[in-house]
Amino acid sequence: MNKTLIASAVLLAAGSLSTQAMARDTINIVGSSTVFPFSTAVAETFGRTMGFKTPKVESTGTGGGMKLFCAGVGVDHPDITNASRRMKASEFENCQKAGAKEITEVKIGFDGIAIANAKKAPQLDLTLKDIFLALAKDVPDASGKFVPNPNKTWKDVNSALPDAKIEVLGPPPTSGTRDAFVELAMEGGCNSIPEIKALKKSDEKKHKAICGGIREDGAYIEAGENDNLIVQKLASNKNALGIFGYSFLDQNTDKVQGSKIAGVEPTYETISDGSYPVSRSIYFYVKNAHVGTIPGIKQFVVEFTSDKAWGPEGYLADKGLISLPDAERASVAKSAQALEPMSKPE
Amino acid sequence: MNNLAATAPGAPPRRTIDIVNESLKRRYARERRFRLMGAIAVGLGLAFVVLLFADIVSKGYTAFQQTYIRLPVTLTASIVDPAGTRDIESISGANYNQLIKDALRQQFPEVTDRRELRRLSSMLSVGAPQLLRERVMEDSSLIGTTQEIWVLADDDIDMLVKGNIDREAAQGDRRVTDEVIGWVGQLEQQGRIEKRFNTIFFTHGTSREPELAGIAGALMGSLYTLTLTFLLSFPIGVGAALYLEEFAPKNRWTDLIEVNVNNLAAVPSIVFGLLGLAVFIGFFGVPRSTPLVAALVMTIMTLPTIIIASRVALKSVPPSIREAALGVGASALQTQFHHVLPLALPGMLTGAIIGMARALGETAPLLMIGMIAFIVDVPSGFTDSATVLPVQIFLWADSPERGFVERTSAAIMVLLAFLFLMNFVAVMLRRKFERRW
Repeated sequence: MNKTLIASAVLLAAGSLSTQAMARDTINIVGSSTVFPFSTAVAETFGRTMGFKTPKVESTGTGGGMKLFCAGVGVDHPDITNASRRMKASEFENCQKAGAKEITEVKIGFDGIAIANAKKAPQLDLTLKDIFLALAKDVPDASGKFVPNPNKTWKDVNSALPDAKIEVLGPPPTSGTRDAFVELAMEGGCNSIPEIKALKKSDEKKHKAICGGIREDGAYIEAGENDNLIVQKLASNKNALGIFGYSFLDQNTDKVQGSKIAGVEPTYETISDGSYPVSRSIYFYVKNAHVGTIPGIKQFVVEFTSDKAWGPEGYLADKGLISLPDAERASVAKSAQALEPMSKPE
Repeated sequence: MNNLAATAPGAPPRRTIDIVNESLKRRYARERRFRLMGAIAVGLGLAFVVLLFADIVSKGYTAFQQTYIRLPVTLTASIVDPAGTRDIESISGANYNQLIKDALRQQFPEVTDRRELRRLSSMLSVGAPQLLRERVMEDSSLIGTTQEIWVLADDDIDMLVKGNIDREAAQGDRRVTDEVIGWVGQLEQQGRIEKRFNTIFFTHGTSREPELAGIAGALMGSLYTLTLTFLLSFPIGVGAALYLEEFAPKNRWTDLIEVNVNNLAAVPSIVFGLLGLAVFIGFFGVPRSTPLVAALVMTIMTLPTIIIASRVALKSVPPSIREAALGVGASALQTQFHHVLPLALPGMLTGAIIGMARALGETAPLLMIGMIAFIVDVPSGFTDSATVLPVQIFLWADSPERGFVERTSAAIMVLLAFLFLMNFVAVMLRRKFERRW
């Protein structure tokens, strides 16, 4: 009995495999988990309204997505990859080598990272330097020597801040949010200290280690990849601060408030006009060779870059996307819909 | 212990019974202490299980209900079916969104400002027109009539009605404005808002809108994956165990295989994912994100568990059974298949179920083979793109919308129910096959 079952299973699998290899009628999208919520929202609307099958969106991380995207051309390879940073030159070269010569780059907006605390606690006004001094593993002491971070309270960091214990809940090193936080907040903060800035020229490796090192003595608590959990913990502990994506702040304004960074509060407007410092651009990339082979890619790009999706009043704004400024949005939409290939990034 | 030696010289020698009596109390007390500790351990374990279940159920039970708004929708024939042919094509292309929006606006004739109208329309789910379309396409006699239709509400309204949004908080601190709360209150008074059983949750695939998100896609994905995993791993595992235990010569090679099987059982599951990516996807070209490739990876992962359990089950069959069978002239193969295997089957099934339960809850290897994905369509075969229950739970837990909090817990309940069902089937099968001697 078992034998026939196995045989039929294998036959069935083989049969459907051969049909699968010939054609594919769904768009395959891979890439960043930061862009995932937006990409899936567009995919769903696209599938519901445009008469194509709903694209499959995988959350592989930016790097993993680039690797899959640049592995080759053909139905086995993804059509679009999402990225929370620009494509690197090395990745572009890999794509070229694999035959994916023409790639369209679409900048879709900004993703802000909020540093927030409970609504019932006072709102903080931090500078990037405060953040660095509070969370770095090693900081320079009075004589300019690097010592393990001695700061216990926010007052130690900056006398204008409250006398509360430093307790920050944030993402673990595997997270893309953590990478972005280190790059935007920590590095920005450490370069505001002259000793460390000087180090960049003399010893770049050490500079990177100092700027990117987050303390491990309990002041920074790795709270897992789940941003919802951080929000819940903040609501019950008014001393703690949390680091998470802007969309989670937007959805939970009744429980948490974003700290001001250099006097700027994280809001839709401040992230959009670039005055809020801890934000980055997000992108997706289209493999032009697949347009025409896989149905719907062009229409998907049109849907994504239409104002009802990515405009300030669009449904992506409701999911937490910060739109590009009007002029830039119009020009990106134009080149994206024409599928203009990008040149090699620097 | 040295009581005998310790008695003072001259005193009458102590009898053994005295010594026993003396220590008896202590020994009883020791036993009582041990029993108490055992009971505490069991109690503590149970308390944690109860706490876990209470937490999940209390957070998730609300997801089985969904807020609907009853609206008198006029299915104007000229809008729904402009050609007047009752043709499926013409009906499916109609602007149902407008019909529903108009019906809602009729309820609030005083709202005229464009921004306010937008806010009013956003009380309804973006999936509501689709649901109305399906309904009209099923029953074309509705066209031209006015129907009281339960229209799906947006997730923010759902959260508000379920009390998950604090109505007392300042306006800027919540996702719904004062006017919307006023409108909802008005509709509630008219009996136009109701929480109804959430069928969408059980019939739809996932969605980015909490009110449209369902578990059916992940459930079917898990079902396909596990069915195929069982069909592949059970025969191979039992066959391997039977050969190794009963037929293979005992030498260095079989020892080496045994050690390796035991080691494989302890390999972290992500390694199997990498193997699946390299071998099944990279070399054999099996399509990504399908139950087929997931089942192949899970098969390799569960095989060691099944082999080990099956060998133990075979070992526990008394040798007299084999000797008796051989004694009446059965061949070695007949002995195994007619006598030993049926007796060992209950134990083998237990092993298989442990392996399956692990496969059901596994996400790490699936990460590598493209199952951590957003897939809306419910899979209908082994080679359709699919995701599985634990992955769906992970993805929902990671979504910012508040409506997904309760749905995450509800999905966990579905996963647990699936697990209970599997265990129940295993127990029934074991009962059926179990034989005592």
